Amino acid sequence: MVNSLLSLDVEKRLGEFQLAAKFEAAGGATALFGPSGAGKSTIANLVAGLIRPDRGRIMLDDTVLFDAATRIDVPPHKRRIGYVFQEGRLFPHMSVRRNLDYGRRMSGHLRDDAEAGRVVAMLDIGHLLDRRPGKLSGGERQRVAIGRALLMQPRLLLLDEPLASLDADRKDEILPYLLRLRDEAKVPMLYVSHSPAELKRVATAVVRIARGQVAAQGGLELLATNDSA
Amino acid sequence: MFGLTPDEWTAIELSLRIAIVATIVALPFGLAIAWVLARKEFWGKSIVDGVVHLPLVLPPVVTGYLLLIWFGRKGPIGAFLEHTFGIVLAFRWTGAVLSCGVMGFPLMVRAVRLAIEAIDRRLEDAAATLGAGRVWVFATVTLPLALPGVIAGMVLCFAKALGEFGATITFVSNIPGETQTISAAIYTLTNVPGGDAAAGRLVLVAIVISLTALIVSEWFARRAGLRFHGE
Repeated sequence: MVNSLLSLDVEKRLGEFQLAAKFEAAGGATALFGPSGAGKSTIANLVAGLIRPDRGRIMLDDTVLFDAATRIDVPPHKRRIGYVFQEGRLFPHMSVRRNLDYGRRMSGHLRDDAEAGRVVAMLDIGHLLDRRPGKLSGGERQRVAIGRALLMQPRLLLLDEPLASLDADRKDEILPYLLRLRDEAKVPMLYVSHSPAELKRVATAVVRIARGQVAAQGGLELLATNDSA
Repeated sequence: MFGLTPDEWTAIELSLRIAIVATIVALPFGLAIAWVLARKEFWGKSIVDGVVHLPLVLPPVVTGYLLLIWFGRKGPIGAFLEHTFGIVLAFRWTGAVLSCGVMGFPLMVRAVRLAIEAIDRRLEDAAATLGAGRVWVFATVTLPLALPGVIAGMVLCFAKALGEFGATITFVSNIPGETQTISAAIYTLTNVPGGDAAAGRLVLVAIVISLTALIVSEWFARRAGLRFHGE
């Protein structure tokens, strides 16, 4: 694949589970698709730097994030990869505003109110800014989590089952925002999900994962296979 | 004032000073050790854990005696401190700070460690992906979320330091105006004829100080707890 944004070729053993994944992803929204327990989230954590591969290499743009051969391992806080977790993981002791601002504060960037305003407007979370995460609905929480990851100006956005904890109505509430993210903000995404229905609407390319390996890589036609959960 | 003699006031002031300084000095070490024990796996971890908890299970006199051997003016650490920094601990109120701090330390570490272990590590991971290095993760996520436990640990350490008797009297003796705390003063008063009234007054003071510390810490912990659930 030309112009690959992310290229990954890693192995990782976690107890009985053996992961050996090799794929490349371009811009747009690349789906990591497969049944639960196939290793999708593990791959996301490897890319984010939360888990260290046993061997292999991870590249993003032209920079090496991890290379076992040259012992390069960029720590997660220096990777600038946004991560939207299934459970949101908002900081319970901070207001929504401070959650959104966290990435900027930690990276020492100057405040960019225009950019913050755009993201807040796009995700429709302006009325939530002074609330605590404990007072948000599931859908609101995920929107704030997406905004928090976006505002750190990530080179890549990881989304790990961002809709899995939501009911059907909430899913429909969030999906349009994800599409705007893809088409308007043009943030490259790695989208982990086991749901073909969800991915059919969001993904532009598909990497199918099964039993810790890349089973197939291609377009949306891969979502039609019947071994999905 | 309040029917207390100047000597009794001296003992009270000394007790408070020793307990407060001991708690403050113990805090950074307590946070560091508690974090390491809660978040790190390493060879010899159970030994570190055991050494930290030793003052809790050893007879206080033994702890005081060990401090005297090591930190006395002829002890290896004590001699080093005196020659290098001019710091003398033996038979000084600063020595009482050391013995009280050592005795209160395991209680502080225990409370802080439990609080850190109760924090969802995935929040710390999330902070890391947002650009926070290890120190910032601790300062902005771990510490604020562990705050009720940290406050509880500080109060336990303070209370233990305030009441410490055995290790302190062994290490720095019972010198009025220098190392004679409330506990030591009560002990002395009960050994002299007619000392009961004065001892009773100091007993009351000890109860008041301890209760106040408990109430204040409850208030702080509740406020810190409320912040997570937001209002």
